[in-house]
Amino acid sequence: MTVLSIDGAVKRRGDRQTIKDVSLTVQAGERVALLGHNGAGKTTLIQMILGLTAIDGGHITVAGHRPGSIEARRRTAFLPENVAFHRALTGKEQLRHFARLRGQPPSRADDLLERVGLADDADRRIATYSKGMGQRLGLAQALLAPPGLALLDEPTSGLDPIARWQFYALVEELAAAGGAVLLSSHALTELEARTDRIAILRAGSLVADGSLDALRRLAQLPIRLRIAARQQGTEALVAKIGGRPINGRAVELICSSDEKLERLAAVSAVRHLVEDVEIIPPGLDELYRHFSAAAEQPQ
Amino acid sequence: MIAMLTIARLELLIVRRNMWMALSAVLMLLFAIVLTIAGSASAGALGVDRLTVAVTSLTTLSVYLVPLIALLLSFDAIVGEVERGTLALSLSYPVSRAAFLGGKFVAHVLTLAVALGIGLGAAGGLSAWLGSVSTAGLLSLAVLYGSAVLLGATFLGFGYAVSGLVRQVGAAAALSIGLWLVGIVLYDLALLGALVADKGGVFTTHVFPWLLAANPADAFRIVNLAGSEAASLASGLAANGDGFPMLAPRLAIFIWPAIVLAGAWTLFRRIEP
Repeated sequence: MTVLSIDGAVKRRGDRQTIKDVSLTVQAGERVALLGHNGAGKTTLIQMILGLTAIDGGHITVAGHRPGSIEARRRTAFLPENVAFHRALTGKEQLRHFARLRGQPPSRADDLLERVGLADDADRRIATYSKGMGQRLGLAQALLAPPGLALLDEPTSGLDPIARWQFYALVEELAAAGGAVLLSSHALTELEARTDRIAILRAGSLVADGSLDALRRLAQLPIRLRIAARQQGTEALVAKIGGRPINGRAVELICSSDEKLERLAAVSAVRHLVEDVEIIPPGLDELYRHFSAAAEQPQ
Repeated sequence: MIAMLTIARLELLIVRRNMWMALSAVLMLLFAIVLTIAGSASAGALGVDRLTVAVTSLTTLSVYLVPLIALLLSFDAIVGEVERGTLALSLSYPVSRAAFLGGKFVAHVLTLAVALGIGLGAAGGLSAWLGSVSTAGLLSLAVLYGSAVLLGATFLGFGYAVSGLVRQVGAAAALSIGLWLVGIVLYDLALLGALVADKGGVFTTHVFPWLLAANPADAFRIVNLAGSEAASLASGLAANGDGFPMLAPRLAIFIWPAIVLAGAWTLFRRIEP
């Protein structure tokens, strides 16, 4: 079931188009990462989905409803970039308020404070919270919404590694419960295993949209083979199979995915010299740079 | 409706927490006590009861104080949330903008009503304790209370409008003070100047009364002072009170809050957080 449907969306600011004919869908239970530089249009796109800014062309629907309509907002959880709250309130007061706005009992807010690890600080004023605590309060309020559409703008900024891990566990739960998750992030590596699809926005245009594997095939980025040498050292290995020695203990080979098996065969022919082989596919960072840069030249 | 009350509940928590509730109540209470006691000196000489004289002084005070408190409560209602970065999140919840603004209005008007209730209640109680309260005096106190709440509602609306018009909290504060100065102080001075220059001409008889009724603060003043003969006597406004279009100011104090709040809502609707 399509929860979020964006079809040819356009946003103009003056005579400049900040969102250019973007089409994207997110299905129930799907986690989509939205990547892009600062100013690429991620936040604008999220604001359009929320109905906070007018759409100048194309269509957006949230579970079939107009963006910004009460029905759409009822199904939408939002975590803004640099989430902020009223500093005079305590975490518990703020979250209970949000629970009431969603028609949920205040006890649900208390449970969520527990889930995100803020139970001990629930009665302290938000003014005394660290950035990470504020971010966790933001996550808690996003979890108040029924599983529909979750828009998470830079959700893991300010979180320590353990909190990030906990956060992705919550996202996984959200998706498993049938929620459609659209999250933007700069922390590319942590998205690899935790998203089903990746969309890359560059200067207002969608330059890539697909699973990590699909994007890898599309980009035709080279694969790296890292071959650890036995005691004989790397010289003998380089003489046999080529490549570039790194740190005196290993040799790195760079090849396209078509050449991969051929190269591995060559390596296995000299296996008495080889301690171990590691295959490193192009990471999200490289893919992201590839698609961002590719769009700079007209295709 | 439930959403609006939820917003109102949170705003009440905030005005209680940041002491606005206490501050406005203490301010009203202090002035009410001082004016009631000070007013008692002239009460005997004029042959009217203590409370009636106190209402006259309290009216003059409220013209300045109520709009000021209202503007202070409301000037950052929208722009403050924009600047803190809390508005986008609030508007992502299933709450209409009308309910959002309405909730804040309910909380702020309640704050004013409580502060005025404490202040004017103290004035009434003190007058009774000191010995002279007439039915007419109590009635004019009730009129003062109701019209002061309406005056406050009008200036809350002005505060929200200012808050929806500018992009910085500082600018909203400056604009609110400017509005108060022009609307409450300079407007009257300008009218006074025009009256003196006109020397009882067409302006004085035909234009001036309507200009008075058109200003919410002056309309408030007329409703409270020109309405009661004893109060007119005490305030000296009676000379101008003859032939006044009394319906206009009475309507004005009800119409102003509606107009200003509708305007504020219109400005708020076009805000993109």
